[in-house]
Amino acid sequence: MMPIRTAAFAMALVPLLAAKPAAAYMAYVTNERDNTMSVIDLDQMKTVQTIPVGQRPRGITTTKDGSQILICASDDDTIQVVDPKTLHVTGALPSGPDPETFALHVSGNPLYVSNEDDNLVTIIDVTTRKAIAQIPTGVEPEGMAVSPDGKTIVNTSETTNMAHFFDFASQKMVASVLVGARPRIAEFRHDGSEVWVSSELGGTVSVIDPVKHTVTHSIGFDVQGLRAEGIQPVGIRFTQDDATAFVALGPANRVAVIDTKTYEVKKYLLVGQRVWQMAFTPDGKYLLTTNGLSNDVSVIDVASLTVVKSIPVGRLPWGIVVAPQ
Amino acid sequence: MAGPAGAKGVTLFNVAAPDDALRQQSCRNNVIHVAPSRAMLADALAQYLVWKKWSRWVLAYGSHPEDGLLADAYRRSAKRFGARIVKEVEFKDTGGARQTDSGVVQTQAQMPVFTQGLPDYDVLVTADENEVFAGYLPFRTWDARPVAGSAGLRPVSWSAASESWGGAQVQDRFIRMAHRRMTPLDMQAWTACRMIGEAASRSGSTDPGKIMQNMKSPDFGVAAYKGQKLTLRDWDLQLRQPILLDDGRTVVSVSPQPGFLHQVTELDTLGFDRPETRCKL
Repeated sequence: MMPIRTAAFAMALVPLLAAKPAAAYMAYVTNERDNTMSVIDLDQMKTVQTIPVGQRPRGITTTKDGSQILICASDDDTIQVVDPKTLHVTGALPSGPDPETFALHVSGNPLYVSNEDDNLVTIIDVTTRKAIAQIPTGVEPEGMAVSPDGKTIVNTSETTNMAHFFDFASQKMVASVLVGARPRIAEFRHDGSEVWVSSELGGTVSVIDPVKHTVTHSIGFDVQGLRAEGIQPVGIRFTQDDATAFVALGPANRVAVIDTKTYEVKKYLLVGQRVWQMAFTPDGKYLLTTNGLSNDVSVIDVASLTVVKSIPVGRLPWGIVVAPQ
Repeated sequence: MAGPAGAKGVTLFNVAAPDDALRQQSCRNNVIHVAPSRAMLADALAQYLVWKKWSRWVLAYGSHPEDGLLADAYRRSAKRFGARIVKEVEFKDTGGARQTDSGVVQTQAQMPVFTQGLPDYDVLVTADENEVFAGYLPFRTWDARPVAGSAGLRPVSWSAASESWGGAQVQDRFIRMAHRRMTPLDMQAWTACRMIGEAASRSGSTDPGKIMQNMKSPDFGVAAYKGQKLTLRDWDLQLRQPILLDDGRTVVSVSPQPGFLHQVTELDTLGFDRPETRCKL
């Protein structure tokens, strides 16, 4: 019996492996409470591996070539470098204390890190793994963004309630724009014409003209049956053509779908609890959301605007990145 | 103080006084109450005790006038949220040294007797603002019962153990500056300054009149590490705020509790709501 069963199993396995496309999308999720990173295979739509990382992992991204995963291990005061092939921690970047999140320059280097406890932005050369500079910013810096042309760096400060604009070349602050209370995330449109800033407690998204440094629109949210204070915008993502924006609404457990021409909310998608950060698959087909309180990742089908799957991960999932192809 | 100050265009920020009278019949148009009132603190605790189904209370109150006012607040909360005070006992402050060499022995003998012979109850609620007796009650009651109020599970505007909603950052900054942990009074004073800063940056002005106009507008809100923005009640100028329930080591819960609903904001389930107010601004 045994040899036959093994043979049958092996035969079944071979075509499966062969059928697997050479390019399965892999997503990586930081689990803030578990000190782990979940690895999701997006062909199987499930968590295939969970690896231990540093304490309180939050911000996560990959280097431009996808050869390294970078993780803010906030309570270890470091950024860990993980090899996506072996899933081993292979090194660290000198992030300064309490790194929360970061943004990579469009050229792939350097990395801009917000140090929440020290009101600093640390600039790190990811090749030499050395800190180049630390620049003072507002109180409790949070969101980081780099303009698509690479010339402007934006940092939001949660307690000063501003989006601070820095010039890439001079590393000097050129403007500060007042936004709603507790700004979390700054995100440029792909065409660079606007930067959107979410205000967790203000309950709004401010649309900022990055040249004039003025707020041109303020987008509010209204979910039937929910109180205004329960709607707390955090993560922001634009489709590749910039036609649609997605905004994660935290404890409202919904993602707002926004028409970027009219700034109107077209739809609210019910996802898991305390939806936080989001990432597109490289083909733009799916949008993945981390849901901190339900410990899962929701998969949104972008074409049909429906939630098609929820994938269990570790406790308190915070950040997510999909490996580039 | 508020009268003469008002005549000169001065606004006062009450960061310490919990008296409900200051928000009710004695309210003033130029006094902003950042500190939570006794009624808000009592309601915050009451909601949790009722949620926990510890609805039979013994109320132990001290002999100072403030203790009487706090006891009144607990009586009101019990009625509001469906708890029952099965017995009230007064602890008379007879003066004397708080701690002596044999004090522990005396306390251990005294506190069980003070709580002896009570009817069936779930929780001992204490009103002791001068820290005369309540601190000695946990683990010393005649029956094995939890203690809440002025000792045990305490309703507070801030706890050094609060790490949620960015609290860890403000705690770190405070300890670095002051070399001690952040108390409720510290947080109340900080929040008052934060409110002034917020109104100044939103109004784009340093003119006190414009700052206060902004602070009293319906759009005003301030972030203070409580998970939602804090706003001003327009009927008595009291800052709406979640109240932490602290056991000295951890934040046990945060009120308002789930299920206590309100047509405007759940935060208005704490303290005197618009229809109950006696304040005329």
